[in-house]
Amino acid sequence: MTVNIKKYPGTPLSEKDFAEGKILFNYDELRGDYAWDTGIAIGRYLAGLKEGVILGARCKACRKTVVPPRIVCEWCFRPMDQYVPLRDTGQVNTFSLCYVTWDVRRIEEPEISAVIEIDGASPLHGIMHRLGAVDPQQVHIGMRVQAVWKPPEEREGAITDILYFKPLEEV
Amino acid sequence: MGMRKVAVVGAGMTRFVRRAQETGKELSWQAARMALESCDMTLDDIQAVCMGTAPDAFDGVHMKAEYLSDGAGAWRKPYMRSYVGGGTGVFVPIQGWYHIASGLFDVVLVVAEEKMSSYYPHAQAAFLTIFDHTTERPLKPNLLWIFALEMNRYMTTYGVAKGDIARVSVLHKRNAADHPCALLGDPHITVEDVLNSETLAWPVQRYDVSPVSDGAVAIVMAAEHVAARITDRPVWIEGVGWSLDTAHWTNRDLAYPRYVEHAARMAYEMAGIKEPRKEIHIVEPYDPFDYKALHHLEGLLLAERGQAAQLYIDGVAARDGKMPVCPSGGLLGVGNPIAAAGLMKIAELFWQLRGEAGARQVPGQPTRGLAQAWGDLMQVGTVVIMGR
Repeated sequence: MTVNIKKYPGTPLSEKDFAEGKILFNYDELRGDYAWDTGIAIGRYLAGLKEGVILGARCKACRKTVVPPRIVCEWCFRPMDQYVPLRDTGQVNTFSLCYVTWDVRRIEEPEISAVIEIDGASPLHGIMHRLGAVDPQQVHIGMRVQAVWKPPEEREGAITDILYFKPLEEV
Repeated sequence: MGMRKVAVVGAGMTRFVRRAQETGKELSWQAARMALESCDMTLDDIQAVCMGTAPDAFDGVHMKAEYLSDGAGAWRKPYMRSYVGGGTGVFVPIQGWYHIASGLFDVVLVVAEEKMSSYYPHAQAAFLTIFDHTTERPLKPNLLWIFALEMNRYMTTYGVAKGDIARVSVLHKRNAADHPCALLGDPHITVEDVLNSETLAWPVQRYDVSPVSDGAVAIVMAAEHVAARITDRPVWIEGVGWSLDTAHWTNRDLAYPRYVEHAARMAYEMAGIKEPRKEIHIVEPYDPFDYKALHHLEGLLLAERGQAAQLYIDGVAARDGKMPVCPSGGLLGVGNPIAAAGLMKIAELFWQLRGEAGARQVPGQPTRGLAQAWGDLMQVGTVVIMGR
């Protein structure tokens, strides 16, 4: 392979080559706007969030409760048409302290993303969301958390109707 | 099953670089040309072409396979792109394999290309659409989250120390120092370097991650009777497997990749392998992140759950160990132009099993190797077993 690679060594470029105008290039922005229909099951999920309720779906055959809800059970391929209200509490399945934004800019205070197993769903069944009102260094897997909701009048039927999850103070 | 034997008879790859002046078409042509020259063939000998390339969003080109087709030598030939996200690079040789095993074609050219550098400001953002548009993207996630979340679940479930995970990055980057096409080879890197690198999304740090890269790889595959005319050292495809898990990734056991196990069991059965830990001599698991190599070694049944780091601690994974892991240098060291990186692992096994890997050569005349890739929404496993 080494003989071959010498014949086609390639031409690596650096950012400097662009900044100093050493090479020609074409820059363009592609913009795509979309409006996604929610579908049936996620439509119910979002309507539930607007009411301050996390909905799951239950399969009568497999006796699994999944979240977010869906219309078909992935395991038995039967319809999953029973929507069940879950609690708005759960436990942290896993989390990350993220120090960069989506376009890799640095941030000082970490964003805390997490998978939260929702109480009432089957084991290991959770949703992705953010954690807040917590010292990042105190977050741990297995931590009990509760949803912090927007005020009812501000909810719009979106996952962001839950602002974040915060540590649950058990009574 | 009435399938014909299929061999890999030639391979070529470009250097993997952070940014190539060459276009994707040009990279594809260079790799294809090198693969054909390596087995003294020309495009006239090729009956069909398989193309592997990951999301169109990187290049901003719709229907990328058609765009790349002249570089891949596809005109006036049966041509098709396969795509299973990051798993593509080890899936596209499976596509080539069934083209030939079925009896449909005798000689197939397989090309995998990726040019990630065109996307601004950073290719990571091109991945954002993997998150569900309604239930996840409003949370403004970034791609690193998904890996950081999986890595944390893996290390916490099994109590794997970050310092032991860092050994993966160290070994692979050191191995890559011997690869003439590598982007991030470093013979002197240490565990401390990895642990002291910038924290991106804890527990993921800078040196836990493979680099954004441009590059292409190609192989030539042939039926048994053709392979016999081309070379006296064919490398056979002994087993293939692939499997997909649920797209609802937050409803899945993140500590164990059962989809990789399903793909591996399919390939082991086809290859007649009963005891993979004894019968696989070289393994090239997919390593876009250091913990992923461990995750995958466990899914491939080459280590007990949570125990793969021990292979690195005990030296089993070293190039002169009992089961060398990523002697190429892997994605962490050679680079990660998505689809090309997967096919690079196939090319590495081809060179290793023929004794042509130069400074990277695994000692002891290995006879069997396994390559694996992973992708889509952390849910697909693709496995190829090769032997001589």
